[in-house]
Amino acid sequence: MTVLDVPKGTIPLTHGRLPQWAPLLVGAVAIAFGGLLGVVAGGGLVAMSVVAVIVYVVALPLWSAAVENRRAAVDRFVTGLIWSAFAVACVPLVWLITMVIQNGASTINQQFLTFDMRNVIGDAQGGLYHALMGTLLITGAAALMSVPIGIFAAIYLVEYGKKNRLARVITFLVDVMTGIPSIVAGLFALALFVLIFGPAVRCGFGGSVALSLLMVPTVVRSAEEMLMLVPDDLREASYALGVPKWRTITKVVLPTALGGIVTGVVLAISRVIGETAPLLVVAGFTDSVNFDLFHGRMMTLPVFIFTQYASATPKGEAYAWGGALVLIAIVMLLNLIARVIGKIFAPKTGR
Amino acid sequence: MSATASQKVPRAVGDRIFSGAALAAGLFIMLALAGVFFFLALEGWPGLSAPELIYRPATDFWSYVGPLVFGTTLAAVLALVIALPFAIGIALFISHYAPRRLATPIGYVIDLLAAVPSVVYGLWGGKALSQAILPVQGWFYDHLGFLPFFKGPPSATGRTMLTAGVVLAIMILPIITAISREVFAQTPRLHQEAALALGATRWEMVRMTVFPYGRSGVVSAVMLGLGRALGETMAVAMVLSASPVVTLNLISTTNPATIASNIASSYKEATPDKQAVLIATGLVLFAFTFAVNFLARWVAGRGERRLNR
Repeated sequence: MTVLDVPKGTIPLTHGRLPQWAPLLVGAVAIAFGGLLGVVAGGGLVAMSVVAVIVYVVALPLWSAAVENRRAAVDRFVTGLIWSAFAVACVPLVWLITMVIQNGASTINQQFLTFDMRNVIGDAQGGLYHALMGTLLITGAAALMSVPIGIFAAIYLVEYGKKNRLARVITFLVDVMTGIPSIVAGLFALALFVLIFGPAVRCGFGGSVALSLLMVPTVVRSAEEMLMLVPDDLREASYALGVPKWRTITKVVLPTALGGIVTGVVLAISRVIGETAPLLVVAGFTDSVNFDLFHGRMMTLPVFIFTQYASATPKGEAYAWGGALVLIAIVMLLNLIARVIGKIFAPKTGR
Repeated sequence: MSATASQKVPRAVGDRIFSGAALAAGLFIMLALAGVFFFLALEGWPGLSAPELIYRPATDFWSYVGPLVFGTTLAAVLALVIALPFAIGIALFISHYAPRRLATPIGYVIDLLAAVPSVVYGLWGGKALSQAILPVQGWFYDHLGFLPFFKGPPSATGRTMLTAGVVLAIMILPIITAISREVFAQTPRLHQEAALALGATRWEMVRMTVFPYGRSGVVSAVMLGLGRALGETMAVAMVLSASPVVTLNLISTTNPATIASNIASSYKEATPDKQAVLIATGLVLFAFTFAVNFLARWVAGRGERRLNR
C-alpha cells in the first residue's frame, strides 16, 4: 500500500484534457476573429477564411499544449490541417459548378439547343445542335465498339484465362492502356486513318476509334471486377446440371453481374463523353450538322466549347459556358443513372 | 463422360465459338496497344527529320521537343507538389477522420471532381482562376521573388504555369485520393487498435500503422496521378500562353508549353510535314507516360508481394 503513502495530488492519475466542446469554441472564435479582421482591415471572403483557418490551426494546439501535452497538441494540429485540406478541396468544385451554372444558364434557350452555327455571323443566334448530335453519334459508336470487346475480354480474363500467362499479360496491358493520354489515342486514330485515306482525312469515326481505345480499359476493369464477384457456387451448380460453359456464362454469370457491368459501362461513357483532345485532332471542327460518321468533319460538344472559347469574343465566351453547362449536365446525368442502376441491381449480385 | 457424340457436338461448338470470341477480344487489346505504338512510329518517323523550317524556332527535332518535355515535366511536377498534401489529407479524412456517416457522401463529392470534363476545367481555369490567382502571384513575386520560380515579372493575364499547375492539381487530386483512401482503409484493424491501446493519439496511430501499410499504394497512386498530369491536354492548352522556352519561372508571361498542349494548339495550321512532327512528339509523350505508369505498376506489385508474405 505504498501508493497511499504518497500525499494526495502530487501524482495525478489523469492528466488535463480539453473539454469536448473545445474545437467548436476555438472554431467559433477563429471565424469571429477572421470576420472582425475582415471588417476592420478590409479584405475579401477568401482572406477572411484564410485568417480564420490559420487562427484555428494555431490556437487550438496552443491551448492543448498548455492544458494537455505536446503529443495531444500535435494530434489536434494535424486534425485541424486534415479538416481544412478537405474544406480547401471543396472550394474549386463549388466555385466551378456555380460559375458554370451562373454563366451557362443565361445562354441556354430553345434556339441554343436546336440551332447550329452555320452562317452565324455577328450577334445572330447560333446553337450547339450540331455539336450535340456529333457527340451522341461519336460516343455511341465508340460504345458500340468497345463494350463487346471489353466484356468479352473480361470474360476471357475471369472465366477462361484463370491467371494463365496470357491473362496476366492482358491484365498488365489493360493497366497500361488506362494510362494512355487521350491525345495519344487521338494521334493513333489519326495515324491509322491517314495511312488508309491520305493525309487530309478528318471524320467522326476516327474520333470513335480514339474514344473506344480510351473506353476499353475502363469497361474491362469494371466488368472483370463484377464477374469476379459472382460466387463460384452458382457456376458449379450450373455445371452440375450439365449446362455447358458458354450457356453457364450467358445464362447464369452475366445476368448475375449485369447491374454492375451496366454501371461500369455508363461510367465509362461518362468518362469519354467529355474528351476533347482526340476529337479535336481526328474529328476536326465544323459549323454545320453532319450525321455521317464516315465522311467529313464532325463537331462535338467539348470541341464546340474549345472553339468558342478560343474565338475570344463575348458571345463565344457565353456560348462556351452554355456548352459547358450542357456537357456537365449530361455527364452528371450519366453518373446519376449509373448510381441508380447500381442501387437497383445491387441486391441481386448478393453483395 | 460417356455422353453420346450427338449430344456433345453442339455443346462443344458453342463453347468453342464463345471461348474463341473471348480470346479474340483479349488478343485484340494486345493488338490495339501494339497498333498504337506501330502507327505512331510509322506516321511519326518522317517527323524526326523534317525540313528545318518546320521546327522553327528550333533547328531539329530534339531541340524542338526538348523544351516541350521540360514544360510537360514542370507542369506535372508542380501539379503533384500542390496536389499531394491535399490528396493524402483528404484520403485520411475520408478513411479515418470524418464522421462515419459522412465518409461515403464525401467520397462521392471528391469523385465528382473527376467527373468534370477537362475542357470545362480549361474554361474555368482560363476565365475564372487566372483572374483570381493574380493577387497570389503578386504576393509570391513580392515576398519570394528571390526564388527562381517567382522571379517574375508577374503576368497581367494570369495565364501562367502556376495557373496551369493549379488546374492540373485539381484534376489529379481525385485520382490520388481515391487510390490512397482505399489503401488506408485496408490497414488491418488490429494494428490500429493495438496502437491506440498503447496510448497513441490518433495521429500517432496513423503514422505508426496506416502510413507504413499504405506507402507503396500511395506511391503508385502518385505515379498514376503523374501519368495523368503528363498527358492532360485541354486544360493546359486553354490556360497557358506558351512559347518555346526553358524556364523555371512560374509566374511570368513566357511559359514553356507541354507536349500535349502544343499538339492541340498547333494542330489547326498543320501541314502534313508538321503533322508528322506532332505525331512524333506524341510518340515521345506516349513513351514518357508508359514509363511512368510501368513504374507505378511495378511499385504497386512489389508492395502487394511484400504484404502477401
